[in-house]
Amino acid sequence: MLGLDKKDFRLLVIVVALTMLAPFLLNPFPESSGLAQFNAGYPDLMQRFVIFGIFAIGFNILFGLTGYLSFGHAAFLGVGSYAAIWMMKLVTLNVIPAIIMGVIFAGIFALAVGYISLRRSGIYFSILTLAFAQMSYALAYSVLTPITGGETGLQIKATDRPILSNLEPGEIGRANLFGMDMRTSFELGLGDWLFTFNSGYYIAAVFMILAFYLSIRIFRSPFGTMLRAVKSNQTRMYYTGLNARPYTLAAFVISGMYAGLAGGLLVAMDTQAGPERMFWTASGEVVLMTILGGVGTLIGPVLGAGAIKYMENILSKINKDILHQWFAILPDGIENFLVTIVYPFVGKGWHLTLGIIFMAVVIFLPGGLVEGGQRIARLFGRKKAKGDAEEATQSTPAE
Amino acid sequence: MGILEVKNVNKRFGGLQALGDVNLSVAEHSVHAIIGPNGAGKSTLLNCLIGKLIPDTGSVMFDGQSVLGRKPYQINQMGISRVFQTPEIFGDLSVLENMMIPIFAKRDGAFRMHAIESTFNEKEIVEQAEDMLESLNLADARHDHAAAMSRGNKRRLEIGMCLAQEPRLLLLDEPTAGMARADTNNTIDLLKQIKDERDITIAIIEHDMHVVFSLAERITVLAQGTPLVEDTPDKIKGHPKVREAYLGEAA
Repeated sequence: MLGLDKKDFRLLVIVVALTMLAPFLLNPFPESSGLAQFNAGYPDLMQRFVIFGIFAIGFNILFGLTGYLSFGHAAFLGVGSYAAIWMMKLVTLNVIPAIIMGVIFAGIFALAVGYISLRRSGIYFSILTLAFAQMSYALAYSVLTPITGGETGLQIKATDRPILSNLEPGEIGRANLFGMDMRTSFELGLGDWLFTFNSGYYIAAVFMILAFYLSIRIFRSPFGTMLRAVKSNQTRMYYTGLNARPYTLAAFVISGMYAGLAGGLLVAMDTQAGPERMFWTASGEVVLMTILGGVGTLIGPVLGAGAIKYMENILSKINKDILHQWFAILPDGIENFLVTIVYPFVGKGWHLTLGIIFMAVVIFLPGGLVEGGQRIARLFGRKKAKGDAEEATQSTPAE
Repeated sequence: MGILEVKNVNKRFGGLQALGDVNLSVAEHSVHAIIGPNGAGKSTLLNCLIGKLIPDTGSVMFDGQSVLGRKPYQINQMGISRVFQTPEIFGDLSVLENMMIPIFAKRDGAFRMHAIESTFNEKEIVEQAEDMLESLNLADARHDHAAAMSRGNKRRLEIGMCLAQEPRLLLLDEPTAGMARADTNNTIDLLKQIKDERDITIAIIEHDMHVVFSLAERITVLAQGTPLVEDTPDKIKGHPKVREAYLGEAA
């Protein structure tokens, strides 16, 4: 089906179902309950889930397949964002041309950075990409202020008159898809539950599904096999008449274009771009997402991106008052003690929790969340039937 | 005129003359062994043939064309395949994929962007690879990780991968190093079979005299970077210079 084998097609269907039903799935708690703050089904966060999912899927094509660890992928995200917002400021407020521009510019920039960085491998490659990203950040932050808006970044202002738009004088342009505003939302109240269906989210989700589908095709193609061969043994590759360089460069550019797509989508959802998007911590974040979810797996990066963005947005909102509410039933002394213990791990300290989870995953589940899922599935599968186990051992190890 | 002609090749590493005026001619369809004690320059010579090293002076011609200055993958595409001392295979990939890669390389060249087709839908390539594995007795292991195989099977796979490209010259660098006797004999049998069945020239560097004398048609003895003698195996066996090179003056 769609050029995929049964297993991959099932995975694609699951991903499609999950993204389409996300407004329901991410809002499991009733509005009035104390757990409502764990609901993640609001447009802004859902958009982040899928956009950073795209970013991580692209990163995984480079890191998961070829083993080249780029530490500067946020630069391509940033370039994509700037290209997209300029397209909106100058040409049209439709998001599609903006996103296409973001992809193209990120691809060109990735070609240049990759051409130079891929002369080295291992840690030197990582350092080179990090250097490029930090230079890009510095350029965006100060040197290229006329183009990038410097520290404050770029927004669509009342003075912007895109040539393909008919704005009233003084009206501030809004991103749209053939007239549909990205911020349009439809709210559905069912009893105590409130579900929000946002047009921006669904557009981003469609892009993510396409990006995910393309990544499956790349993983299963001869090109993908060659990329895994690069990771496995470059010596044998060269002595088999194959040139590893164009393969790695192609992978680098493809993953850069994925980052550009994510950057363009960020602008489409929220029309602004700033240099902090290119800072090295942003590059590090996508590495964490990929490793947390499972390097080299298809679905892992999406899960990792979701997990990190969830913690960043939900865990960080828990403050002392909320903790006091939670532990209110307990005697005062114990309540205060527990709040003191837990507080450093939530709110501004959510990075601490992320760090602990990350360490635990790397040590106990080197294959990331995907490996965790597989182990759980195996635990239940063992009870089922032994015939299944036999089938499993005969399947190809090419994951 | 041999298929491989090495003329006056010199290679220095600082003060060490690794190769001094090496002349070597490998006749087409022959099995040519290069032997010599440790440090004789065998590996240096081999590396000069496949583009890993560039000689200071001299020429290396393969089938009338110079290989010097070409990249390893370009030399490979001229028709020279190399088997390494420790088997170089794609350990993370399945055995079948390992065998498919050289067939892809033969069909598509050094690089081709085939990112949308499905690997295992390339029926012809899968078929060829399966046939090749069948002939190597590796068909049962085709879905295993290549890294999980025994040393002997890794060697068979590596030789098979080289053959899948249908090279005209197969270079082997101590193909039985570190192998158990049974695996060594298997490898000898495999190489004999290749020699009989294929239109191929084999050049082999080897320490194990058992391997050399059961395969080679001509032998070149290398000592201190220069060829000492070149002759048939029978004549080499009793040659006084060879004994001297291997056992020292006292012998």
